[in-house]
Amino acid sequence: MFDDDRLPPLNASAMVLRFGIIGAVLACSVGAFAYTGGWLSPDRLTPARIVAGFEQASGSHPGFRRNHAKGLCATGTFESRGAAAQISKAALFAPGRVPLVARVAFAGGMPFVQDTPAQVRSLALRFLPEGRQEWRTGMINIPVFPVTTVRDFYDQAQAMLPDPATGKPDPAKMQAFVASHPGFAAAGALIGRRQITSGFADTTYNAIHTFRFVAADGAVTPVRWSAVPLDPVVPADATGSGADPNALFDALIARAASRPVQWRLMLTLGQPDDTIDPSKPWAPDRRQVEAGLVTLDRVVAEDGGPCTDVTYDPLVLPDGIESSGDEILAARSSTYARSLRLRDGEQGQKARSAVTPREVVGRGRQ
Amino acid sequence: MRSAQQFSAFSRLIHWAMAAMIIAMLFIGVGMVTSPTGRYAELVSIHKPLGIAILALVVVRIVNRWANRPPPLPRSVPQLQRAAAHTSHLILYGLMIAMPLVGWGMLSAAGYPIVLYGPLSLPAILPQNPGLYAGLRTAHSALAYLLFATVVVHLGAALFHGLIRRDGVLESMASVAPRR
Repeated sequence: MFDDDRLPPLNASAMVLRFGIIGAVLACSVGAFAYTGGWLSPDRLTPARIVAGFEQASGSHPGFRRNHAKGLCATGTFESRGAAAQISKAALFAPGRVPLVARVAFAGGMPFVQDTPAQVRSLALRFLPEGRQEWRTGMINIPVFPVTTVRDFYDQAQAMLPDPATGKPDPAKMQAFVASHPGFAAAGALIGRRQITSGFADTTYNAIHTFRFVAADGAVTPVRWSAVPLDPVVPADATGSGADPNALFDALIARAASRPVQWRLMLTLGQPDDTIDPSKPWAPDRRQVEAGLVTLDRVVAEDGGPCTDVTYDPLVLPDGIESSGDEILAARSSTYARSLRLRDGEQGQKARSAVTPREVVGRGRQ
Repeated sequence: MRSAQQFSAFSRLIHWAMAAMIIAMLFIGVGMVTSPTGRYAELVSIHKPLGIAILALVVVRIVNRWANRPPPLPRSVPQLQRAAAHTSHLILYGLMIAMPLVGWGMLSAAGYPIVLYGPLSLPAILPQNPGLYAGLRTAHSALAYLLFATVVVHLGAALFHGLIRRDGVLESMASVAPRR
């Protein structure tokens, strides 16, 4: 019966109507997909567009990270004191040692920029507990992020691009941005007041973003964290860095060659209604807990180094740490993935990194 | 009685369940890689376990297809349409297997942990390798577009059977017959 019971043919108008219905269903399906993928929203800030913005500002450097482009790898350990295990069930907070793969870098997309103390420095850590979930975090030496949203971040970077006519940023654009973003000046003032130290080793690095620490009993604590140096803080020499283009990196190499470089990993415990806006600080009276000690005992050049082929994606989190929903975190995660995809596809075109293996072996002498 | 031959109840269940999952995956995937906003982390955390669930279900589905053979197409379906149906089903099955494996492999090659839920992670299935990641990441997108296009063609063909040919093929899978 299945084969021989086709219904009588449709008349022409029924046929047109039915093909119309089929066409409309398919068009709606394709339209919904195109809308979701951003093809119908040319203004959408996709990770590809944000990464392209970095390339506009810093030029094209195939094979390098699109941000934090100039850097150096290091390895070491995190020794947990066990104090953070009260507020997070993450295995790496139990008392004990966890291997670390770290990267120190300058923020910005220029892999051959001359070292100067005023540049924003970063310390990225990858905690690799044996057989347990890893944790990655990137921290920078400014106290707050300059903006709150991805849109503001992009617009600010665009406002600072050189004007094609003059080759310099148009001050009017930046003034307009500042005028329309009242939080920017406040964050900028905090960033401007930070202490600029002599090198990578005596710098405090801040995770800036808020995360949710989840304890074994399910209790949630908002947390921000910082790496606070054990080295005595020495203010940067105001006269500049001299002739060595890698002065700060070479100083770190020389410093690490004599003894391990260490930081205390300090967790700041927030209140439930503390802001997750990364451009705003928390009240200074928030309780701090020392989670453990970060020790970097070996510096390794980036080319062929252990930190090179990974992103320090701040949403690579173990069970026991969660995102707060801060959208800059989501933007970091997705744009780092975009940057990784681009640079991994450009392996053959990559120039040698600024700080060479020879420099590392030679204890900072080029 | 026009749709005497139907897919088995289990075949229909797994078809519609996977249809919903695959369509959700395609939209989550294309949305999350182009929208770095507050929902991104949530979408990524759905995308990974859902992809692995599809990989597990497609194995069940292939075993089921072998145990419960699909009803034959009506004899009235022309040869060219039969070939098209056969090819599109091969592509659908191939991509149901390939997409999760490419996704899993690409995260492995990039050195990302493959977290399913809470403390549950999967091991890497490929060594960490930058060139491999770049290739697999590109393949994951390209295959996703091919899968979406094939799903649209599949939907169009199903509606063509149901509304134009009215030969019982749509009803053999759709548990509710379309209105006429």
